[in-house]
Amino acid sequence: MVSAVVMRGVTKTFPGVVANDHVDFSAETGEIHGLLGENGAGKTVLMSILYGLYRFDEGAIIIDGEEVEVDSPSTAMRLGIGMVHQHFMLVPSLTVAENIILGREPIKNGVFLDTERMLRDVGEFCDKYRLDVDLEAPVHTLSVGVQQRVEILKALYRGADVLILDEPTAVLTPQEVDELFKAIRALREEGKTVIFISHKLREVLAICDRVTVLKKGRVVGTVDASETDQGRLAEMMVGREVVYTFDKDYCEAGEPVLVVEGLEALDDRNLQALRGVELEVCASEILGIAGVEGNGQTELIETLMGLRKPTAGKILLNDSEITTLPPGERIRAGISHVPEDRHKRGIVSDFSVMENLILGSHRNTEFTQWGQVLDLAKASSYSDKLIEDYSIDTPSKKTLARNLSGGNQQRLVVAREFSREPKLIIAAQPTRGLDVGATEYVRRKLLEMRDQGCAVLLLSADLDEIWAISDRIAVIYEGRIVATRDPKETSEQELGLLMAGGRDD
Amino acid sequence: MVKAVFVQILAILLAFVTGAIVLSLTGYSPTLAYSAMYRGAFGNMYSIGQTLAKATPITFTALAFLFAFKSGLFNIGAEGQLIIGAMASAVVGISFNGLPAPAHIALALLAGAVAGGLWGFIPAFLRAKYGAHEVITTMMLSYVAIYLTSYMVNYPLKAPGWVAQTVPIPESARLPRILSPSQLSASLYLVVLLVVLTEYVLRRTVLGFELRATGLNPDAAENAGINVNRGMILALVISGAIAGLGGSGEILGVHRRFIDGFSPGYGWDGLAVALVGGLNPVGAFFAAILFGALRSGGMVMTRVTGVPLDIVFLLQALVILFVAAPKMIRTLLKRSGLKWLGS
Amino acid sequence: MVGIIDIINVGLFAAALRMATPIAYASLGGIFSERVGVMNIGLEGMMLLSAFTGVAVTYYTANPWLGVLGAVLVGGLMGFFHALLTVKFSGDQVVSGAGINLFAMGFTAYMSQVLWGSRGASESVSGLKPISIPILKDLPVIGPILGTHTPLVYIMLLTVVLSYILLFRTPLGLRIRAVGEHPTAADTAGIDVHRVKYICVTLSGMFAGLGGAFMSLGHLSLFTYGMTGGRGFIAMAAMIFGKWMPVGAFGASLLFGFSDALQMRLQSLGLLPPQIILTIPYVLTVAVLSGVVGRAKAPSDYKPYEKG
Repeated sequence: MVSAVVMRGVTKTFPGVVANDHVDFSAETGEIHGLLGENGAGKTVLMSILYGLYRFDEGAIIIDGEEVEVDSPSTAMRLGIGMVHQHFMLVPSLTVAENIILGREPIKNGVFLDTERMLRDVGEFCDKYRLDVDLEAPVHTLSVGVQQRVEILKALYRGADVLILDEPTAVLTPQEVDELFKAIRALREEGKTVIFISHKLREVLAICDRVTVLKKGRVVGTVDASETDQGRLAEMMVGREVVYTFDKDYCEAGEPVLVVEGLEALDDRNLQALRGVELEVCASEILGIAGVEGNGQTELIETLMGLRKPTAGKILLNDSEITTLPPGERIRAGISHVPEDRHKRGIVSDFSVMENLILGSHRNTEFTQWGQVLDLAKASSYSDKLIEDYSIDTPSKKTLARNLSGGNQQRLVVAREFSREPKLIIAAQPTRGLDVGATEYVRRKLLEMRDQGCAVLLLSADLDEIWAISDRIAVIYEGRIVATRDPKETSEQELGLLMAGGRDD
Repeated sequence: MVKAVFVQILAILLAFVTGAIVLSLTGYSPTLAYSAMYRGAFGNMYSIGQTLAKATPITFTALAFLFAFKSGLFNIGAEGQLIIGAMASAVVGISFNGLPAPAHIALALLAGAVAGGLWGFIPAFLRAKYGAHEVITTMMLSYVAIYLTSYMVNYPLKAPGWVAQTVPIPESARLPRILSPSQLSASLYLVVLLVVLTEYVLRRTVLGFELRATGLNPDAAENAGINVNRGMILALVISGAIAGLGGSGEILGVHRRFIDGFSPGYGWDGLAVALVGGLNPVGAFFAAILFGALRSGGMVMTRVTGVPLDIVFLLQALVILFVAAPKMIRTLLKRSGLKWLGS
Repeated sequence: MVGIIDIINVGLFAAALRMATPIAYASLGGIFSERVGVMNIGLEGMMLLSAFTGVAVTYYTANPWLGVLGAVLVGGLMGFFHALLTVKFSGDQVVSGAGINLFAMGFTAYMSQVLWGSRGASESVSGLKPISIPILKDLPVIGPILGTHTPLVYIMLLTVVLSYILLFRTPLGLRIRAVGEHPTAADTAGIDVHRVKYICVTLSGMFAGLGGAFMSLGHLSLFTYGMTGGRGFIAMAAMIFGKWMPVGAFGASLLFGFSDALQMRLQSLGLLPPQIILTIPYVLTVAVLSGVVGRAKAPSDYKPYEKG
């Protein structure tokens, strides 16, 4: 029997990086095939090549026994390959049905969009795969889980026999994950091939028939899911035994540094995002906030930083109220912030490393003369010290930040924020997109800051991260802190349930 | 850096080649036209003076555009700010008769800067407060400035006679001339000073640092405690003030009175010159000399060869279009086999 | 003495419709361009070039309809060029648009002197003749307002409706909206994003071309220096005021056309100096953009789309 998909010797380089290095990969018809690897291992690039988004430098793609040229997503679709991206590819203002038929619209009278046929066809399709959605709802009104269902329908409607799912569970609650897994298994029953990209061992073992592990752009091996376990997969993935528990010393928490009372705020669409957040972070303590993305984390961070106006509530830093202070004064009051999206808020890509390192402290008397002129000599020696202390790998301090790797950009942000002698650090997704080494580095630094007496508020979508370094864990759900737990006295199941809005009792 | 300059120069050359084609197709000799233009621009001290005189207001508007651009804003209304500044200087020049010369000149310049700054403040405020896109509002306000000043010189401030202009400003408010009898005035010194100052403010001061951060990534700037709205307003006010000063220079140094329609589109030239100059103040100054040469040389060319002066504006537009898309020039270079330059 | 009441008559409304026509055409052009994420401040220049082309072609062929055709083709060509610069070569949209405006100004003034020896105005040509719509022209009130116009006015009304249908009732319209709002989604759905952008921006220039043709052939029957007088920019305001919807933009164009017609009449009364009245459309435009009359959000951000 011929394999549904074979990729042979695929190599793809980007300037400075080999994303895929002679990768061999194959998936059989009717199997769920896991593609496992760390962030940056080359999983998404490999599948983007299969889907025609990138062109390989060398290699071959064989679909159903025939070598093919996949030069665009349309070609991929014609060949029966569909992909559901991590960031959904749905047009927010269009309806579910319009999104599904986009690009292959039914036509009536030669030129018009055949709306009736559109609804009928898509409706039949939903019934066939037992995926229930309101076809006439604009996509932006739907929950993330439902949007993902629309994405899957979209791929199936385009005749996908091979369905690539790129980290599909990252944005889902544990309960939604169960729903998704049911749907994936149903697809297998229909004879579809599913390629499941993930870096989560447990999920891969739970859903996949076989698993291919990638590391730094190369294939480590392909194994049957039934013949392996988490430990062995983890070893393949990172090349050494993974430390599951991060050994950290206990540290006596001090006085409360940050106190948040009844905080409410609206999101960008003017909907209630925070509904009365109550929080307390003490000196020498890491408070981890666990939660599925989109439950008010972004708004909470922005409100704490002064980037968003609260509609009610109070924020206190060391007993003095900062609720209405602008961001600059909060920084001077001792708040540091590692933003969740470093490209958006963390760095100015077209500024040099040095300029980025003094950004935010640039008004300090340390770096200015007469208050208005930058003291470049001092900024320069300060930068040298930070580059050294935080091992930022850069050709020079004059290099533009955009030319650094993701890990080094994050080091840059961490260096800047941690060197301000902060009283409170707000760290949001501080290790997203970093490799193991960089991740460990950032986590160690956070612990170091805590040991020095800093209060740390850690927000992460990655439960393992919260677990690894938090002294206390709070769960945020729909704009409220629904529970606070001691990591030693809770379980992943309990937290999962709380994150999904389960009752706290 | 060398490559960037090369691409700019190539864009200019391409514009001249295209212009030559237009000239030939319409029955004129490009060689005759261009050589007349060159002589008219640099042939003797008088023509050099005229070229620099034309380059001066364009440098002002280029600096105005550049200052806003570095702060992430498109100020394409320098024309209006220049005209309003000019009017304010004229009014101060006429009304404060009897002041000693240095004070009178300083006051008139200040009035121009303040008026131009105010004309920049309006779109800045509307952008910060209501999100009104400054590209459109600055442009619209240019038209308002043109009609408003036209009203003033046609009614309340009209000097006796047929021409829509004010009475001349007194000697005490006049900027001294350089290279007489050309129209070059001390406004040139002012603009050279501003070139240096702009470079310094953007590169070395806290304000410049904050404005550049805002221009490159407003979200990160905000997160770093920079007041983005304040920066935006300040940038456009300064930008408007620079353009306003340019208008002052024209009135106090060149025309010595406000004449309706005295600006032949210096505002738009500023945009072009800032871009051709590679978006840095010194480059803008050199690009302004090129554009000034086109204008002063163009007049001589028209007188000598009869080629319509508008070929000059056509050339300027072509330079902008070629500079607008450096990627296009690079692609052309690649196709023509000059691979190393195209990379 | 003639009072304000006397100038508000059916003639004023008929004039308002005429004044609204070029603005409406250009604002439709703006909609198609902006809906795929390309800001087009070059509408002004595209109109001007087309107005010139219309007269030039008519001058040599004595057929105003060939002039209209030429105007539309030149408008489309400029639109295509704008797309080439901004979509393919990721040039800045404002700079490209400004360049097109300056090019139009210089080129038309230069050619005007080459062809007719005058920078100010062309020779007169035989423009488009007004037509009367039977039945409609005999209705009271509506007849004098709508009954007799040059065909380009009626074509404009038709174009508004067709634009609506194209955007919201056809597959291409669905693709246009998808490309503007989420180009990556459109790309992964197999839509050629750049092609859709080229089509729309070219179309944008063709609409501006119709607006220009109306000005020189439907209104004056000659070309004058800078005759578009900022209408391309006012059209952008109409587009924003109309929330990027064809019918909305048409409504806004009518409003601006009305103010234009009104100012001309007020001017003839000598109540206010003409210069002050001439600022009205621009002040109104700034007011509209500042959300004095409802906030408006663009349907897309103005970024070039680069395939991953």
